[in-house]
Amino acid sequence: MIAFRDVMVRYPRAEQPAVDGVSFDAGRGAITALVGPNGSGKSTLVGALLRLQDRAGGAITIDDVSLDALDRRAFARRVAVVTQREALVFPLPVREYVALGRYPHEGAWRAAGQSDDAAVGRAIALAGVEPLAERRTHELSGGEWQRVRIARALAQGGDALVLDEPTTFLDIAHEMAMFELFSRLSKSGMAVLLVSHQLNLVARFADTMVLLNRGRVAAAGPPADVMRASVLEPVYDWPLVVTHDPAVGAPALLPLRGRAP
Amino acid sequence: MRRMFWPLAIAVLAVLVVAAVVWGAVPLSLHAIAAAVMGRGDPDTVAIVRTLREPRVALAVLVGAALGMSGGALQGSLRNALAEPYLLGVSGGAAVGAVVVVSMGFATPFLLPLGAFAGAALAIGAAIAVARAAGGRADPRVLLMAGVVIGAFANAAIMVLLADAPADTVRGALWWMMGSVAGADWTQVGWLAAYTAAGGGALLAMGRDIDLLALGEESAAGLGLDAERAGRRVFLVSSLLAAATVAAAGLVGFVGLVVPHMVRAAGLRRHRPLLLGSAILGAALVVSADLVARVAHPPADLPLGAVTAIVGVPFFLVQLRRFA
Repeated sequence: MIAFRDVMVRYPRAEQPAVDGVSFDAGRGAITALVGPNGSGKSTLVGALLRLQDRAGGAITIDDVSLDALDRRAFARRVAVVTQREALVFPLPVREYVALGRYPHEGAWRAAGQSDDAAVGRAIALAGVEPLAERRTHELSGGEWQRVRIARALAQGGDALVLDEPTTFLDIAHEMAMFELFSRLSKSGMAVLLVSHQLNLVARFADTMVLLNRGRVAAAGPPADVMRASVLEPVYDWPLVVTHDPAVGAPALLPLRGRAP
Repeated sequence: MRRMFWPLAIAVLAVLVVAAVVWGAVPLSLHAIAAAVMGRGDPDTVAIVRTLREPRVALAVLVGAALGMSGGALQGSLRNALAEPYLLGVSGGAAVGAVVVVSMGFATPFLLPLGAFAGAALAIGAAIAVARAAGGRADPRVLLMAGVVIGAFANAAIMVLLADAPADTVRGALWWMMGSVAGADWTQVGWLAAYTAAGGGALLAMGRDIDLLALGEESAAGLGLDAERAGRRVFLVSSLLAAATVAAAGLVGFVGLVVPHMVRAAGLRRHRPLLLGSAILGAALVVSADLVARVAHPPADLPLGAVTAIVGVPFFLVQLRRFA
């Protein structure tokens, strides 16, 4: 549903492009994971999707419609993006916060209608945050806040969800619950594009992995193809072994103790 | 609290407006004032009420409403609980613009706010650029410091501009830099009403955009808002509102800071109701501050800006503590 074709992004005054000819698809009903070392261009791609960064070349399409032909609201009605960080200066009740997800459907003066309220209710249920609905945003824990942000993204009503490192700072239980949620959403037919550093979890949950290195695709395919020591070691520049998860048999990565820093 | 806000706020404003018309240097009976409002009775009383007190109160209402909305919009769009036109140097920039217009001899009630607006827009642009250069977009205090520095620069610029002005012009200018609605006339009131209606209406129309800007640029973009353009629009309209008040009544600080926090505390958080509530409470605050300015030290008027600062500074310090 979201397709990147030869995308190139160049920051002003940078010698090398941050993203250099990246192509891949994030399809419906699947989790596509974008992985790679820090600075490999993952968040830059998300920025290009949000048009926060200008593309120097290539194309991004949503269901074969060029991003440049979609106005920002039309894009937001189809693709919801949960960015890396968000902190509210002025706290809101959770339900009011989730309702902000209806913005791309609203006119300047039209009051929120029944269909908006219904969409907000559905999003809250889907993200599993009903117990939090009457709380205020500044009273939430890190894991709860991430879930509430996902609820707001779901309220946008699109069928693609882009998440930039959504489980950073979360403990194991909250992180697993998040991945289970992504799995549920993709099985319901959504396209889930996930930027993550959690290679082992990604290997268990994602359908496709796209490994970026210095702005280029170093490897792409099912987790079994990407999760190889011969592929990952040169990209991360660190000795590692890939074994198999004893419980579920998915490929699992173990960084070795190697060099002095 | 939320449901009670509107009737309560409107009632408070109405009572204050009546009190401000009744209360003054010349004691008048309620009966005489009621007759004078209708244009009947003793001609001296009619003159006092209609040409002195009514326009003064009306100007105070408009100054407060415009400053309240300007502050609410700036706080939301800059994601900064300490933002307000006076502290950001916007009012100071407006004052420079106005002084330039006056010294060139174009001081009509229509042109004065436009000159002030040019100065205000320059000032907010400068404050934001300085804060960015200092790398402090995340820390609300950095933008504020930039604003205070711009404000100090504006003050200095006015002093230079007035260096060879006649003594009574300087006195007038000093008085004006402390803020005052004394000597208001209906022409001034009319122009400020027009600017406040236009600017306030534009901000209310952008209320939902400001809701999104308050989430941050990336999240706003994810929801389909061109955050950079929307932000710039909000800064410009907020500056225009602040500039119009500066042209009419000089520098009145802290109203834009205090009032939106009061409205938020009452449970109004979306920016459309927040801005409307800030207009009403801002009007109430400036009318009551002007009332205090008139009756605290008779027969002299205290500067209006001094009264609002006495209320605003402790409030500012309490807000500042939240970031310490």
